[in-house]
Amino acid sequence: MALLSKKDTNLITDPLADNNPITIQVLGICSALAITAELKASLVMAISVMFVLGAGNVVISLMRNIIPSKIRIIVQLIVVATLVIIVDQVLKAYAYELSKTLAVFVGLIITNCIIMGRFEAFALANGPWRSFLDGIGNSLGYGVILVIVGFFRELLGSGTLFGYPVLGDPITKTGLYATGYENNGFMIIPPAALIVVGIIIWVQRSRNPALVEEN
Amino acid sequence: MSLKSKLHELKLKYQGKKMAPAFNAFHTFLFSPDETTHAGGTHVKSADDLKRTMNTVIMALIPVLIFSMFNAGYQHFSAINGFPADFSLMNDFLTWDNFWIGIIKVLPLVVVSYGVGLIVEFIFAVIKGHEVEEGYLVTGMLVPLIVPIDTPLWMLSVAVVFGVVIGKEVFGGTGMNILNPALTIRAFLFFAYPTWMSGDKVWVYGARERSEEILAGANVDAISGETILGYLAQNKGAEMTYSVSDMFFGFIPGSVGETSAFLILLGGLFLIFTKIASWRIMVSAVIGSLVMGLIFNQVVDFGWIGESSKFYGLMSFDFWKHLIVGGLAFGIVYMATDPVTGSQTNKGKWYYGFFIGFISVMIRVFNPAYPEGVFLAILLMNVFAPTIDHYVVRGNIKRRMNRLKNATIYPKDSDGKAEELKAETV
Repeated sequence: MALLSKKDTNLITDPLADNNPITIQVLGICSALAITAELKASLVMAISVMFVLGAGNVVISLMRNIIPSKIRIIVQLIVVATLVIIVDQVLKAYAYELSKTLAVFVGLIITNCIIMGRFEAFALANGPWRSFLDGIGNSLGYGVILVIVGFFRELLGSGTLFGYPVLGDPITKTGLYATGYENNGFMIIPPAALIVVGIIIWVQRSRNPALVEEN
Repeated sequence: MSLKSKLHELKLKYQGKKMAPAFNAFHTFLFSPDETTHAGGTHVKSADDLKRTMNTVIMALIPVLIFSMFNAGYQHFSAINGFPADFSLMNDFLTWDNFWIGIIKVLPLVVVSYGVGLIVEFIFAVIKGHEVEEGYLVTGMLVPLIVPIDTPLWMLSVAVVFGVVIGKEVFGGTGMNILNPALTIRAFLFFAYPTWMSGDKVWVYGARERSEEILAGANVDAISGETILGYLAQNKGAEMTYSVSDMFFGFIPGSVGETSAFLILLGGLFLIFTKIASWRIMVSAVIGSLVMGLIFNQVVDFGWIGESSKFYGLMSFDFWKHLIVGGLAFGIVYMATDPVTGSQTNKGKWYYGFFIGFISVMIRVFNPAYPEGVFLAILLMNVFAPTIDHYVVRGNIKRRMNRLKNATIYPKDSDGKAEELKAETV
């Protein structure tokens, strides 16, 4: 990547693995539990957050020298809210069904801890280009986990991927269902996401023991 | 050379190897180890280790298991041919036909439960390099006894893997788990495959097959295996033909091993006699369920709940009968008394047990979607057990601090004697 220096590349690659917003910083868990029952919703959520965080980081970074530090949270909220409303309107216009599935959770991107966290920790102290890369990197890290969780939850819970029946039809008993297999209703309910995220954290930390917290 | 000494030799050979834990598990299961305690250090010498404890519980479960094998067949044939008019234990119940149904339906559950569970335990022992833990011995026997008889074996395997890994191993293995693994498995099955865990088609072998045949157009009678709680939850108590002695001795449909309150009572007495299980938890859980049952009976007596209410069937059910139907007795005796997940303090055990009984009956009545709430009640109290213990210990400290404050220190002098005396008084 000649386009990016090594330092800049790390901004994107770190959150994907060893500094993942969900599994290492344990931020943004709520939305990871709520909307990952379907892969499609997970993906749209990941893209929405990527837009909000990427654009928001740039905006905050550009304004970083003129925001009075006493009211910076309010300013950040206004920036996020504006971007979220844009995402919400676009979804309503072009993917109405999906926006109904995501319902309140698009609006709740405002309260996604990852976004405020990156504004506070990075955008207020760095230039627009690096902030942009940081935003993209963190939302990619967030999205990767969302897609992994969504993949397992939709596959095991509904037997579909992106709504496409990959395991056969559970009603007419074709494909895998002919052998007596049944969908796992547990995977549809939000606690299952907690367990899948937990397993990802477990796998990640046993592959890289340096990540294990001392206690 | 005897088998014992051969095994000891093999053990030395495998020492330090990767597979050592797996080998040692088999070895100490059969014989006590040949290491002796060091001269000096150790004073407690007892064969009463974790394995013996676990085996005692299994001994208490064996009668329940055998009964359940006969009952599987009895319920199956009774559902098809009708219940025998004059029931005789030898001719109608303890027959080879009944037992055969048990062998083909119940035994596979036991084998799969143990097989899958022990494989998971062995894998973890080999990865972590510690001895195979005995924790699964009892869990493996409990699991087949608390599931419906028609549970597909692959579902059981999935649930066992989930229960052992997520319920126990992630917390650090036997003795570190916060939830009872057997109940974790039951809860997983319940939420993952609700159609196989509730309703009126899963409790009797054949009922589900029959209903599928009828759907396919076969001209056969549907057989129903509704549990007593199921009848009551639908306000159909009057249609039930089971007598109180049926309920007590267990000639009723239900999860594989939960039906016979009589044998569970014997098992419970055995566990209390051998001091394996806590009588405090059992007694307080019985009291708790009776209290809740009485409250509901009173509500009905006062006329606050009419016959049209959907809660009427279960609320008007005699309070003491709650103990002999469903899984309450089994849960109280074998699950609530789990020493790892229950309360540790004697006072805490009273609260812990009481709420298990209390909440179980409450869930039964108020949630007809799943008329059996024992497993949820016990899991809930498992979570609260450390909190209960915490407050019991704090209460004790507070009491003794008060005693210290009010203690008369005599003689009142200033040479430090007073402090010593104070320490002795408290």
